Amino acid sequence: MLEVKDLHVTVEDKAILKGLNLTINAGEIHAIMGPNGAGKSTLSAVIAGKDGYEVTQGTILFEGQDVLEMEIEERARAGLLLGFQYPIEIPGVKNIYLLKAALNAQRAARGEGEIPAPEFMKLVREKSAEMKLDPSFLQRAVNEGFSGGEKKRNEILQMLVLQPKLAMLDEIDSGLDIDAMKVVASGVNSLRSADRAILLVTHYQRLLNHIEPDRVHVLVDGRIVKSGDKELALELEARGYDWVLEESAA
Amino acid sequence: MSAPERFLERLTQRRADDPSWVAARRQAGAARFEAMGFPTRRDEAWKYTDVRRIAEGDFALATDATFDGAHFEAQRLDIDAYRLVLVDGLFSAELSELEGLPDGVQVEALSQAVSANHEAVGGALGRLAGVDFSPFTALNTAFADEGAIVRLAPGVVVDKPIYVLLLSRAGGQAVMSHPRVLIEAGARSEATVIEHYSGEPEAANFTNVVTEVLLDRGAIINHYKLQEAALTDLHVASIHVDQSRDSRFNSYNLNLGGALVRTDLVTDLNGEGAEAAYNGLFFVQGRQHVDNHTLVNHNSPRTFSNENYKGVLDDRAHGVFNGKVFVKQDAQQIEAYQNNANLLLSDRAEIDTKPELVIYADDVKCSHGATTGQLDEDAVYALRSRGIDEPMARALLTLAFVGEVMDKVRLNVIAERVERAVAGRLPERFNLADLVETAEAIQEA
Ligand SMILES: Nc1ncnc2c1ncn2[C@@H]1O[C@H](COP(=O)(O)OP(=O)(O)O)[C@@H](O)[C@H]1O
Ligand SMILES: [Mg+2]
Repeated sequence: MLEVKDLHVTVEDKAILKGLNLTINAGEIHAIMGPNGAGKSTLSAVIAGKDGYEVTQGTILFEGQDVLEMEIEERARAGLLLGFQYPIEIPGVKNIYLLKAALNAQRAARGEGEIPAPEFMKLVREKSAEMKLDPSFLQRAVNEGFSGGEKKRNEILQMLVLQPKLAMLDEIDSGLDIDAMKVVASGVNSLRSADRAILLVTHYQRLLNHIEPDRVHVLVDGRIVKSGDKELALELEARGYDWVLEESAA
Repeated sequence: MSAPERFLERLTQRRADDPSWVAARRQAGAARFEAMGFPTRRDEAWKYTDVRRIAEGDFALATDATFDGAHFEAQRLDIDAYRLVLVDGLFSAELSELEGLPDGVQVEALSQAVSANHEAVGGALGRLAGVDFSPFTALNTAFADEGAIVRLAPGVVVDKPIYVLLLSRAGGQAVMSHPRVLIEAGARSEATVIEHYSGEPEAANFTNVVTEVLLDRGAIINHYKLQEAALTDLHVASIHVDQSRDSRFNSYNLNLGGALVRTDLVTDLNGEGAEAAYNGLFFVQGRQHVDNHTLVNHNSPRTFSNENYKGVLDDRAHGVFNGKVFVKQDAQQIEAYQNNANLLLSDRAEIDTKPELVIYADDVKCSHGATTGQLDEDAVYALRSRGIDEPMARALLTLAFVGEVMDKVRLNVIAERVERAVAGRLPERFNLADLVETAEAIQEA
């Protein structure tokens, strides 16, 4: 589904990603872990199409398409969505407007007509209930006055409505208490299916107790230095990152 | 012949059988207008608005009030209301619907009041809008022989809005009209009054309207001015409000149409507890020019005003906002808030904004501010990241900007019409109206 090859990225002439390789297949959940400043957020942002990053070398293919040639909205419509670590407030734009406009944009890209209003209403009410967001949130401006936890649940709500093929979630667990984390995790787990994939970016292992990854990668200084299964996450939790660094330097 | 003389010459077209109270007023207006002449940009109040298009125009007076039926149906608000219709300044009994007015509510055409020689109306007219206010007020006073008279007896709460529709026709000789609106609200009475300016596309007439609103103790008036005239129409208006103790005046000044639109809105808060809310919106494009001059006079202690004007300007449109709040000496414990925010959708659009506070009391709570900017690019980006294309993202954010004023509008018919007009003017095929409807449906479910 996603194939990242030899990716080099600079930000303001500073090299951040330095030859990164990553392959994600449909049906899989991958977790990217690593110390602060390693380039985890940069990786998900570059795949999603955020401005301000320069790809100096390498390729990103999503279902065989060259992602780097696509605008951010085209990537989203193709099924590549990034849940932000710090979702911004959009004063005055109702959640419901965003959801409907985004869903219809995606349908139009697939050559489908607009979603009928009753079907849309049923969908968003169901999904907000799953995320334990009161329906009144749909009428509120996107993230305006939301608590940290509500913002994160709102990001997942967008995912549940838009059903991305590849959902990327950057530090979705940061700032969540245990109950909110469970709601978020069950939302993410419900996205899991044989034809979708999920990329979790996280710095702590605790999220992975609730969302079980198929693969865990350690990203250090712009490269993936070690990959393994979920046991690797537990090992990182117990031993920190230093041993991985030493091992990869050796 | 000077421009004022040329305009006043049209007075000979007027009826000669005015009652004496009307004739005297007419003469005073004509004399004052002739002495003042049209304002120029050297006049501080007209610094940004050039009225030569009016002064140099040739406008006759309309002689009949026929209006195309299909156009009428398309233009009128679909609202259950007491309706009074003027076509190019002339009363149309045929298009009006004034049956079933409740006891204590008088709504009639000014010409009817004049014919019936209602001296009470004569006594009220011109009390607030003196001929010295501006040359246009004087000109209106010289000509005005039609308009809407609304009088509410004490304690009457009118069950339906009072809807004054002023239509402008296209084709043939351009005309001018000088309508007069008078709203006299008795103690604790309550009503919603709509002035709706609309007409045929490509109408290129000159409307010069004066509105006077007198609120007795505890009266509540919701006043809508919806300007949707053709983009070629010329429009000058002044609205004068006098508020007694505990009265409330809610103004909704919504500007979408017109080539040149100037509105002066002046409120005198003359009794304790009086409160005025000014909600304004202008959405202009092409070469439209919209100028709003507002003034609130806090003449009495414990009076309140809250003003929020929003402007969206596209293409080479020009907006002017001049908002003044005046607090008289000894008018203590007043609160006055004022804000004007503008959004420029094009770098050739222009806004001149001047919020002004003049305070001679010391125990006051006041704030004012003006901001002008472009859309928040981070927000555009956040919407795009969900698959929404850029024009649609900009449309949503523009609608959101306008929404802050529209949320205050209590008449859904008007809110929806304005939102739809805004959505329709945005550079986008997308059906925002459909989004709005879905949101409303979910809310109701
Ligand atoms: N917009 C930016 N401008 C400048 N430096 C940046 C920017 N984004 C990231 N960086 C730098 O890139 C490095 C990697 O950042 P990031 O991808 O956020 O790491 P992580 O998510 O792993 O903590 C850091 O050194 C950070 O300071
Ligand atoms: Mg990060």
